[in-house]
Amino acid sequence: MPNMSLKKNEMPQQDPNVRNKNFSEVALGYTEEQALDEAQRCLGCKARPCMKGCPVAIKIPEFIAKVAAGEYEEAYQIISQDSSLPAVCGRVCPQESQCEKFCVRGKKGEPVGIGRLERFVADWHRENVKEDPVVPEKNGHKVAIVGAGPAGLTCAGDLARMGYDVTIFEALHLAGGVLIYGIPEFRLPKAIVQAEVDNLKKLGVKVETNMIIGKVISIDELMEDYGFEAVFIGTGAGLPRFQNIPGENLNCVYSANEYLTRVNLMKAFKDTTATPIIRSKNVAVVGGGNVAMDAARTAKRLGAENVYIVYRRSDEELPARREEVEHAKEEGIIFKLLCNPVQIYPKDTDDKFQKGFVGGMQCIEMELGEPDESGRRRPIKKPGSEFDLDVDCVIIAIGTSPNPLIKDTTEGLDTNRHGCIVTNGEDGLTSRPHVYAGGDAVTGAATVILAMGAGKAAAAAIDKDIMNK
Amino acid sequence: MDMYRILKKECLNPTVTLMDIEAPLIAKKAKPGQFIILRVDDEGERIPLTIAGTDKETGAVTIIFQIVGATTELLNHKEEGESITDFVGPLGRPTETEGLKKVAVVGGGVGCAIALPIARALHEQGTEVHSIVGFRTKDLVILEKEFEACSSKMVMMTDDGSYGTKGLVTNALEELINAGNEYDEVIAIGPMIMMKFVCLLTKKYNVKTVISMNPIMVDGTGMCGGCRLIVGGETKFACVDGPDFDGHLVDFDSAMSRSIIYKPFEVADHEKVCNLFKKEEA
Repeated sequence: MPNMSLKKNEMPQQDPNVRNKNFSEVALGYTEEQALDEAQRCLGCKARPCMKGCPVAIKIPEFIAKVAAGEYEEAYQIISQDSSLPAVCGRVCPQESQCEKFCVRGKKGEPVGIGRLERFVADWHRENVKEDPVVPEKNGHKVAIVGAGPAGLTCAGDLARMGYDVTIFEALHLAGGVLIYGIPEFRLPKAIVQAEVDNLKKLGVKVETNMIIGKVISIDELMEDYGFEAVFIGTGAGLPRFQNIPGENLNCVYSANEYLTRVNLMKAFKDTTATPIIRSKNVAVVGGGNVAMDAARTAKRLGAENVYIVYRRSDEELPARREEVEHAKEEGIIFKLLCNPVQIYPKDTDDKFQKGFVGGMQCIEMELGEPDESGRRRPIKKPGSEFDLDVDCVIIAIGTSPNPLIKDTTEGLDTNRHGCIVTNGEDGLTSRPHVYAGGDAVTGAATVILAMGAGKAAAAAIDKDIMNK
Repeated sequence: MDMYRILKKECLNPTVTLMDIEAPLIAKKAKPGQFIILRVDDEGERIPLTIAGTDKETGAVTIIFQIVGATTELLNHKEEGESITDFVGPLGRPTETEGLKKVAVVGGGVGCAIALPIARALHEQGTEVHSIVGFRTKDLVILEKEFEACSSKMVMMTDDGSYGTKGLVTNALEELINAGNEYDEVIAIGPMIMMKFVCLLTKKYNVKTVISMNPIMVDGTGMCGGCRLIVGGETKFACVDGPDFDGHLVDFDSAMSRSIIYKPFEVADHEKVCNLFKKEEA
């Protein structure tokens, strides 16, 4: 008899006023009782509508049935047939707009907590199963993956399971991409990312860090000199965008990329590390996406008294996940909606070491007009509504443009006018034979799970490509 | 994890050290003007250093650094045969040297370490090279012989007159220009204040001037945007658009202001590390 409760089991969480001062994980994960109870809410629909919403097509009702039966390792094995990073997806996927959006239970009441169950299963496996996975028999074919982010890790995992000899080349000193440098510890503990990368290594995937492909080895050399039969490019999003307003190059104007990289990858929040970060008192974060929420909540944890989200549209249009917005509000982040920066002022001082620092920000109120080409209502300035925000730090989180390194060093690799790599669509083949691409390098900034979906599709296409040679 | 071995260490002066790091793939690809990013240990910060030379045979990449903060102090305490944790490159665009007939290469302080491989490359391709190198005082002079070897004319300047001619590199450059030398280009590498004044001078004489920026970076691969500067009114990123830029277009005042953001950290951390080493030695 299924559990007919209209509500999901709530996720246990750290208290907002405690967690906004530490970097430990916000959500604590289901207990076994909660997981069993939640799993029994699944009706096990034959049509499996939830699966249509999953970019990597995890067999959701099957794994939930195993959870309901208390067979957690079996549940894990079902998930890992389709996902290389279940502990990550269970935490950062926007389930409300994917699997859970199509859950029948959601028509009347809340959908099944699919993401929370996925997380429970992945965490149970990590804590309880110590055996190494079975290393598949090698098929003798070599594939190179450029970039150890969600797209690359997924592509590598799928190919390794098919028997390919896979090497991932990563530019940074650690594998994980945005999971390591971008998403904060309090949403995705780095030890979990490391465990997922270690799982891939146990499958035989080689990870070469400090390798800047395009510069130290070109894509052509990977194929001609190093014997790789196919290459997957998953180099992610690149350079931060700025607004081109006066004062953007003052000290303590950070891109969200820089701010988060200093704190997440370089661990600037710890006393033992060498990378510095300025701990500001009043911080404005410009933008309304997940990255903006991450930056704002990070600034709060670094000790800021007032942290503002400055976003030019209204609450309804915030592109961040609702859950992230709610978490931010609970933690005391102040939302300055329908307003946009005009200029950033330098500090008014004669001290030559302080002169070049942020002293405040002028904003202007906005109102929403007719929908623009994106379908969202266009924000319009309200004349004469300028006001000053007292801040000593501004973090710009309005998106990124693709990294130019691979494009500039690979002849015949087509990119669009934004600099994104052009692919044939479903399987990620680029304008160069045997060269595939996926994730933010192709789509521009998007989500972890979409990048994983692209990595997965490319892995299948690469397999077909090499087998048909 | 792969480590990067120190093949050679040499103190060039009391505050400047040369190291050869074993990184054969980088040695094979690096060109003058490009840089690397290194981390000394697992808790370390990533710092960019411009490549001072390479040896394809031994796989060595030469770096020359001034001891200014905690990281360079730690690095300076590493000995031959020891290793550092991370070393990645070559990053940035190489210096463009094609088609230049006559060039004045201006180096200031430790910037001479970066200017030298460019002067060498120019010399090897048959460009007439005039080198002007400047230091605060005689004890800080580095790479004098090396510059002599690749220049048809070399001028040594010191601020206090303790060696060479007393004065600034700009004095020497102006003299050479006034003496009728027509340079296709001036390449100036050194402290930002020096590069700024070289550019003000060459603007007056309408001589194209290329400078090499060394701003604060985190990843160095085109991700963080920390190295941004204003060139010709536009935001550029030193790591992927540079580090070389047309000096007449660079907003040096903004760049100088950005370079001091972590000064208080740098000073405090440097002291901490120095005290640590002093304790160990005691």
